[in-house]
Amino acid sequence: MDWLNAGVQGVLLGGQYALLACGLSLIFGVMRIVNLAHGVLAVLAAYLSLVLVEQGLPLWLAVVVVVPVFAALGYAVQRGLFNPALAQVGGGARGGSGGGSRGAGELAPLLVSFGVAVALTNLLQVVFSADTRKIPTGGLASAGLPLGDLSVGVLPLITLAVAVAVIAAVQLFLARTATGRAMRAVADDAGAAAMMGVDPKHMYAVATALAFATLALAGVFVGMSTQFSSGYGDLVLLFAFEAVIIGGLGSLWGTLAGGVVLGLAQTIGAQIDPQSGVLAGHLVFLAVLVVRPGGLMPRSVPA
Amino acid sequence: MSVLEVTGLEVRYGDLTAVDGVALSLAEGETLAVLGANGAGKSTLLAALAGTHLPTSGTVLLDGEPVTRLPAHRRVRRGIVLVPEGRRIFGSLTVEENLLMGRFPKRAGPWHLRAVYDMFPLVAEMKDRRGSVLSGGQQQAVAIGRALLANPRVLLLDEVSLGLAPTVVTQLYDAVRRITAEGTTVLVVEQDLDQALRVADRVQCLLGGRTVLEAQAAGLDRDTVADAYFGITRGSRTDPTEA
Repeated sequence: MDWLNAGVQGVLLGGQYALLACGLSLIFGVMRIVNLAHGVLAVLAAYLSLVLVEQGLPLWLAVVVVVPVFAALGYAVQRGLFNPALAQVGGGARGGSGGGSRGAGELAPLLVSFGVAVALTNLLQVVFSADTRKIPTGGLASAGLPLGDLSVGVLPLITLAVAVAVIAAVQLFLARTATGRAMRAVADDAGAAAMMGVDPKHMYAVATALAFATLALAGVFVGMSTQFSSGYGDLVLLFAFEAVIIGGLGSLWGTLAGGVVLGLAQTIGAQIDPQSGVLAGHLVFLAVLVVRPGGLMPRSVPA
Repeated sequence: MSVLEVTGLEVRYGDLTAVDGVALSLAEGETLAVLGANGAGKSTLLAALAGTHLPTSGTVLLDGEPVTRLPAHRRVRRGIVLVPEGRRIFGSLTVEENLLMGRFPKRAGPWHLRAVYDMFPLVAEMKDRRGSVLSGGQQQAVAIGRALLANPRVLLLDEVSLGLAPTVVTQLYDAVRRITAEGTTVLVVEQDLDQALRVADRVQCLLGGRTVLEAQAAGLDRDTVADAYFGITRGSRTDPTEA
């Protein structure tokens, strides 16, 4: 029974990781940037929602405000910071598939995102102190549904449902809409996409806006379920990154699977030894890297 | 009025002047072939016309409107559409998705998906395959179809024959002939003289980034072109008008 419980809790936890990882996966898939500010931005979204809730806004309204604000922030960050950094990457103008010569600026986008992460973490510490906080949910976070002999948390269940819905929606957007198709074309070959009338800089910014929107949503769910502080972004980034790598870089359904695998590893690991849950997650991550470096569901076509 | 009017075009890569004061003009429905050896500046000329590499000086007019400094993605919306060297097919997109990218600029005109499939039946059969699994010839057909769906005012074709088997090249140029017959204004850059002469109304030969020969294609003496190719002066700039 305990093992079954660990399994169920693991899948639910995986939902949170998948939701966190979705934006990271999207940004990497479209423009090959590992956004190191991903974690701290999710924490920023959590703080922002907390502030709004403390001002008397209902939580749902806080989410409705924070998510579009983050989408706009994502668009601005891409146009203002990441696009100039990408321009320094050799062959950037020709897009990812050019191969061949790479300039010295290959690391520029990564370093810019690192700079944002460091500065923002410190800013959060100055503004909100290092105390741990939690978004009040009016009992939602502790509510449980009886399922046979098990008790399933309502909030984790909602988180998992939202994660699946978000990933399905992003996947549908990419697969079925003209803009989504153009986004995949830009990921394949930005220069060729420009020749078909797509502005790669704008398309990158749209992708980042979308990624930031999902990240904000994820941040709010983290803030509801966990005690977080200004430095919590590191852990968020780590788990999101592990979920993305386990699932396969650039594949959104892979990211969902990766999140669930990581969640299961952590809860089952904790069932074996209560101190070792997180360690078990890291070990599974390491094992996947060794056995299947491309992840469980790698992109069928290297872009 | 010319559809495309280029004057004094100069394009540089760093210190290298790849196109050095080229002028050209394309009338409605006309097909111009730009010929020349490797490094003559043909592809650079097309890059400057398509907006993928901006010129240092000179002007490019489309229907009398300057587009010289316009970036590639905005030039396509005005109707200058390039089929690039190396095809540049989107590998992770299906054939049909690749073609539909031609509709992204949302330009109205005679070309639609059905017409492209009619022109390239083999492409229609492969519409659900990914771009990355196509052969070179199939990729070239998709690249041409993709450009047609943008309903070009001027279609720029860069080295259609490059790296393809002669029979495949002939099939592709059969299609190009049908495209020009529809009245589309076309600029072809080509090393394969025979194929270029099959579709062109006029020929312009480049050497070292400069125009060394301009002539009507009909009745053009192959030796004259070959001389211009390699810069052999034998009273060049002869203009053998209508034979």
